[in-house]
Order: sequence, then C-alpha cells, then structure tokens
Amino acid sequence: MFDVAKIRKDFPMFDTIDPAKPLVYFDNAATTFKPRVMIDAVNRYYTTSSVNIHRGDYELSYQVSEEYEQARKAVATFLNAQEREVVFTSGASASLNLVAYGYGQKFLKPGDVILSSEAEHASNILPWFKAAEVTGAKVEYIKLTEEGEFLLENFKAAMHDKVKVVAVAHITNVLGFVAPIKEMAQIAHEYGAIIAVDGAQSVPHIPTDVADWDIDFLAFSGHKMCGPTGIGVLYGKYDLLQKMDAFMLGGGSNARFDICGNILLKNPPFKFEAGTPAIEAVLGLKAAVGYLTSVGMKDIAAYEHELRAYLVSELSKLPNFHIYNPHASTGIVTFNVDGIFAQDAAMYLNSKGIAVRSGNHCAKILVDLLRTSETIRASVYFYNTKEEVDRFIEVCKEITLEKCIDLYL
Amino acid sequence: MNELLNDPMILRQIIMDHYEYPHNHQLTEDEHYGSIHMASESCIDDITVQALIKDGIVDDVRFDGVACTISTASTSIMTELLRGKTVDQAKAVIDQYNAMIALESFDPEVLEEAVAFHNVGKQANRIKCATIGWKAIEQLIEESEVKHDTETR
Repeated sequence: MFDVAKIRKDFPMFDTIDPAKPLVYFDNAATTFKPRVMIDAVNRYYTTSSVNIHRGDYELSYQVSEEYEQARKAVATFLNAQEREVVFTSGASASLNLVAYGYGQKFLKPGDVILSSEAEHASNILPWFKAAEVTGAKVEYIKLTEEGEFLLENFKAAMHDKVKVVAVAHITNVLGFVAPIKEMAQIAHEYGAIIAVDGAQSVPHIPTDVADWDIDFLAFSGHKMCGPTGIGVLYGKYDLLQKMDAFMLGGGSNARFDICGNILLKNPPFKFEAGTPAIEAVLGLKAAVGYLTSVGMKDIAAYEHELRAYLVSELSKLPNFHIYNPHASTGIVTFNVDGIFAQDAAMYLNSKGIAVRSGNHCAKILVDLLRTSETIRASVYFYNTKEEVDRFIEVCKEITLEKCIDLYL
Repeated sequence: MNELLNDPMILRQIIMDHYEYPHNHQLTEDEHYGSIHMASESCIDDITVQALIKDGIVDDVRFDGVACTISTASTSIMTELLRGKTVDQAKAVIDQYNAMIALESFDPEVLEEAVAFHNVGKQANRIKCATIGWKAIEQLIEESEVKHDTETR
C-alpha cells in the first residue's frame, strides 16, 4: 500500500509551508523536494567528515573516500550497472555534454549522422549540434506523432547506415512519453550506432535497468530525484568510457604525468572526475537513491501513473483547456488555456499557491509540432496527492483572462 | 485621469483590448524603418519593434511577436502613444512611463492609457514584460539620433 501521507512526512519542505498560504508544487520536472535522510547525509558530511577524498593518509579521509565509493556502488545498483561504469558529474547537462564531447567529437566523421528528435531538451541537442559542427557530422530527426511521441516504426524508418549516434530522451521533458529504449538500442546496435539516453526525466520516475536495455550511455541529475543540486551521473558502458576523452583534466583524474607533457590518465570512471568533486552531493545522492529504493521505484511509477491519469481526466473536463499530451503515461501534463498566454495563466495559478512552469521548457524546436510557442507544464511526483490535484483543478476552473490581468492592476 | 487610476474595471478593459486586439501589430518591409528584435532571456517574450523616425518626428511605430498580456498590451499602447510625437515629446513620455514602473511619481495625463500599468512595478517579475516594448523604442530613438548625427556631420 502506497502511503503518501506517510511519505510526505519525510519531506521537511511540507512542514515549512505556511498553512495560510498552501503551496501545491507541480514543477517536479524542474526539480524535486528533498527527503530528510538526504538532507541529513549532506549535513553529516559537513558536520562530521569535512575532509577531502582519495587522500588516504589519515583515517577520516579514508572513511569519506570509502563512503564516496559506496555511493557509486549504490547508484550502480540502482541502475543495474557496474560501479566502474558510473561517472559523477555536475548534472545531466554535464553528462550529456561529456558524451557529445568525449565520444561524439572524438569519433564522429564528416557525413556521419546523429539521430535525435525535435522533442529534445536543449541539454541533449545543443552539445550534439556542436559535435556536428566540429566533426562535419549532421543531425537528423526521428519523425514524431502529432502528440509528440516517437514510435518504434518512425525510429526504424529514420535509421540508416550513416547514423553513428542515437541521442534521445527516455522520457521527454515537455510531453512525457516513454521511448521504447530497449528496442531502440537493439536496432541502433544492428546498424553499428551507439545510443546515448537522456534519463533526466526517467530515472527519477521509473525503474532503470541499463543492462537489460543494453543502452550505451545514460545521463541524469540528482536534484530531480530527491538528491542535491550540482550532482549528476553519466552511466557509460566501460569499453566506451575507456576509449572516449575526458572533458576536463586535472587532479585526481591522472595516474602520472611528466615534464614532457605525457599524461597517463586513470581508468574510468576516475579519469572523468578531475578536481575535488561535490562530495556532500555524492553522499546526498546515495541517500536519495536509498530513499527511492525503500519507497520502491515500481510503486512510485504506478502511483504517478494513477495520479497523472486522474489529473488528465479532471483537466479534460474543463472545456477551455487544451491538453497536448493526454496519452502520455508519466507525471508530465502539458496544456494551455484558450485565449490566455501561458505565462499569464501560470502567474494566476501562482497567485493561488500553485507552482507550475510556463514556457517552451528548453525544447525550443518543439514549437512547430505543438503549433504554440509556449505551454504550461504541470509535473507531479510520488509525494503529490489527489487532494492537490483537486485544488489545482479548482483554481483552473476559475481562471479567466480578466483575473489574470487583475493581478497587475 | 486620477479617477481612472482607481478604476480597475476600466484599466483591465484597456489591457484586455490591447492584448486581444493589439494596435499597430504588423511589421513592414520598408527599409526606412529602424527595427529591433527584443527577446527576453528569462521568459518567452519575443517581439520586434519597428519605428520610422524622420526629421525629429516619430512617424510610425509598429510591432509583432509572441508575448504575454502585459508585454503585448504595454507595447501596443506605446505604439499608439508615441506615433506622431516629436522625438523630444516621445522621450518625455518614455521618462514618465519608466518613472511609473519604478513606482515613482508620474504625470498620468502624459501617459494616457499606459496608466493601466501603474501597479505592475510592484511585481518585480513582470517589470520586464511591461517595459520590453518601451526599451525597444528607446533604443530605436537612440539609434536614429546616432544615425542623424553621422549623416549631418
């Protein structure tokens, strides 16, 4: 039994909300609230173990180094990967840039193709634009359905021998469709391409199994899954991590170097982790992953699916609301109110204590498909409730252009 | 004019009208016009403002683009207000408008319908929306003066 009331008690943010000014937080695709166990882990590092890692000359450093590597192990288990395949980065954007730079810019050749989709977040397309510019490769797009889903058959139709990299989100951040990543990986590999997956919106919400899916890279952020900001992960198959370049060189990433400029880098994942990492964030991520595992990723996915279905069914009863992704299955619901600019509607919701995001959600090339330049995105997580959806719907029912304008008179 | 300031119904109507039916809302290909593209980095507002400024007169101002209610309506009102004014008169109106947005004292007579935004300054996150079109015309006037200077030198 999924006990959301009990779960909410784990999140101090809910205690700090003024009951006189209730906040319905529906911007979880942007970032999430943090459970106390995660905050405690961060605090504990600064309070009791505030030393650097990988310098084993004294007991405390040795202990923290151990904990740091245990965090890698915990993340590896969470993904069903090997520890040595887990690289800590500053976030999904850094991870995606690392793949596009370290693998893409190194191995792509003129005429090669990077296959992506128009629904991608800027962080998963701009680094590939750059890789294409530098190498002479080009970016092609998988055709999307009218609702913005990419079907396996469209992917198959877009694949050809020149495609060397498939760069797609597992779940897109605007429309929330789940890509058939396992089947796509198989097809990509048949063509000799690699598949790099943006997992920023999937890893926090559905169970992940990189071994089963056989994907080559997976990028995600800690802060979208109850973890700290400033920490993310790049999962990569070990042989690929070995042959790709590091984005940064420096302390901690090399085994030795000499006066002539010869550098011997450490093996992955360490060769990618130059400089003192965000130690507290890694330890926080470990706690977050532990927390999510204890709640259960399957249960989280099922609960969100149910909550989303309820939100969509209630919202679709309102005649002046247009939902762009009624058939997606994850917690992201993207919509507009007829005759009201998305930002104005979002500001009205804000005035009633409902936090949603308006804009193009960093997916600026999706505009043509949706035939609108901006939308409102409500995104739920497993700590949101049916009552919050009801409150949201109540406010949506009363929204008018006049009321939106009245906020500024 | 002061009664107007205290009548939210009328102010709301002004904003609604200019949002739903923006004035001077079409760009021209005429190359005599100065043109400025304004895209806010923090929100979606993305507008282009054009002005024909000749012999010290703002002959025409027009705009187009994607923008929120406040941006669209404030820019639409700006185009109406400044058309036909001398550059000096236009600058005086702009100064009054900026003062109003900064919540300083201002002359409502000069600002006409633009007084509808007299409270926007209280919400810092919408100041950009209320000034995006006005910033554009300020720049266009500046550019026209630089151009004028170099041409007459």
